[in-house]
Amino acid sequence: MKGKIVAGCLAPHPPHLVYAENPEQNEPHAECGWESLRWAYERLRKSLSEIEYDVLVVHSPHWRTQAGTHFLGVEKFKSISVDPIFPHLFRFHYDLTVDVDLSKAIHDQAQKRGLATEMMNNPDFRIDYGTIVSCHMTNPAWDKPIVAISSTGGARYFNMEVQQALSFELGQATREAIEASGKRAVLLSSNSLSHRHFVKEPDLPEDMSHEHINNHNQYLWDMKVIDMMRKGQTKEFAKIMSDFTEQATAETDAGSLSWLLSALDFPEYESKFHGYGTVIGTGNAVMEWRP
Amino acid sequence: MSQTTSHKNLLKAFVLPGLPHLLLAADKNPGWKKVRNSFDQVKASIDELNPDVLLVYSTYWPSILGHQVQTREMSEWTHVDDQFHALGSIPYKIKGDKKLGESIVKNAKARGLYAKTVDYNGFPIDTGSVVVHELINKDARRPMVIVSSNVYSDRAETVVFGKAAVDALNEQGKTAVAIVVTSLSNRLHTRVVDPKEDHIHSLKDQEWNEKFMEFLGEGRLEDASQLSRQFHKEARVHKVANFKPFWWLSAVMGANNLYAGEILSYAPVCGTGAAVIRLTPSNKAARDLEFDENDPEKYSGERNVLGGEDKDSNFEGGEGFHPSSGMRAGDSDDTFGRAP
Repeated sequence: MKGKIVAGCLAPHPPHLVYAENPEQNEPHAECGWESLRWAYERLRKSLSEIEYDVLVVHSPHWRTQAGTHFLGVEKFKSISVDPIFPHLFRFHYDLTVDVDLSKAIHDQAQKRGLATEMMNNPDFRIDYGTIVSCHMTNPAWDKPIVAISSTGGARYFNMEVQQALSFELGQATREAIEASGKRAVLLSSNSLSHRHFVKEPDLPEDMSHEHINNHNQYLWDMKVIDMMRKGQTKEFAKIMSDFTEQATAETDAGSLSWLLSALDFPEYESKFHGYGTVIGTGNAVMEWRP
Repeated sequence: MSQTTSHKNLLKAFVLPGLPHLLLAADKNPGWKKVRNSFDQVKASIDELNPDVLLVYSTYWPSILGHQVQTREMSEWTHVDDQFHALGSIPYKIKGDKKLGESIVKNAKARGLYAKTVDYNGFPIDTGSVVVHELINKDARRPMVIVSSNVYSDRAETVVFGKAAVDALNEQGKTAVAIVVTSLSNRLHTRVVDPKEDHIHSLKDQEWNEKFMEFLGEGRLEDASQLSRQFHKEARVHKVANFKPFWWLSAVMGANNLYAGEILSYAPVCGTGAAVIRLTPSNKAARDLEFDENDPEKYSGERNVLGGEDKDSNFEGGEGFHPSSGMRAGDSDDTFGRAP
């Protein structure tokens, strides 16, 4: 049977969302907070519950590797992930399974396409919080294996065009490997949209009276690109991705969203928009494509 | 405030690289080995001074919500680098100094900064701090207080943060060796390069590294500090607002050029410029240079930059000019401004 990407999702990773969900795995506890985004994730989960899938494949800006793209190559990881910026909000005990076969298959396919790649085989390795937050918010039961893919720093080392070109190749390699694997995969692009944030937080982090977009320019950009994605104008979006990234200080600089759109072969159909919200000033959307 | 700040508790400063190759794979490249071996000199130097604490500013620890300071009494973990995981794992036990860390935060706040303590089990202490700790303080003989490098801060904020650390040391009467964990040029190879073939990423990076080391080898810490923006533009990947470790170090040690500088080693590590540099406070200033003069209110003669005999108080600085407010441990007999 030919494998398939059964869904592709924009699944941002602010640790605040897990904090406010109060799962038993996270040490700190919140009163409330960021409901518009948490309920967006709830709608995504409901939507995904309508389909069957075997694996989550996540591309995270917070596993940063300059020398090529890296893939998890160990079957089990169990540890605690502490956010280096928000350790007071996110100290998450994880226990996860990796689909090493698919991970290796994507790695090999990316290598065939000329990308620098490496498998991560160190069992002491700690999983980044971007991967964990996106996976937890999408599948809090953690009953599916994951494939985690690192982000290269091409946008900073070269420019966004270089990063995007690498991400497009990686997206195609991902799709080809999934198709060859016979598996049904859900892809997660773990990133915010606009990403300029506040540099202070209120004493009570979940005090929502302090939460809003960092600046109007970011909001305009976020709405523009969300609207394009809603309408299936992803090729057009890809063409202005560099401008968006620069002008909205967007987290798309990590290449996650470019990877996702490429893996989905730049959908011209409408996406499901599950919701939008800000976290410490950044713009975040939860969206879903069904190929 | 800077005119009255005493830096006498700062015994020496080091600039140290922090990539894990130096700890885990030094034998794979003669340059790596050379740099790694010079850490032994650093360790011996620190042992000789026997400071109360190692004060570390790590460019490998970026912060966003202001400035973060480690205050955990004992941090214990097995560290694996995000990128260089294949080199192996690094188990560590790092002893902290909670009181000093808290005082740095308190003084940072008093100076108008946003700052926080960090005291969490499993907090991801950065690769650079862990590598340096294992090479110079593996037995956790001395506490290490690690402070973050704020991504957005520029010179004024970084300088003030450095001064807050000095306030804390003076308040508690503790001696320290100041360490910045940083590469010079920081452009890593973007493809895997055989260790034997390692090289500085570009000739331009190499030339800027040499210029920076020329300054530091002459003890021109403040001159190097003043060159930070240009260095950032020329030889750093623009991941953060600026190249700031030398702003911090200069503020901590004393914003002047009164140091004996030694380049203990320098080599490429994965394309970056890895230098081990020692700066020892000294009254011998680099002559005829830029930032070793004070800000005169009354003319009392020119500074003697052209040579000739020292006319004592005939210089702009005159009596009492010592940016660090007096003699420090290790001061030589040389006087500021004396011609060779």
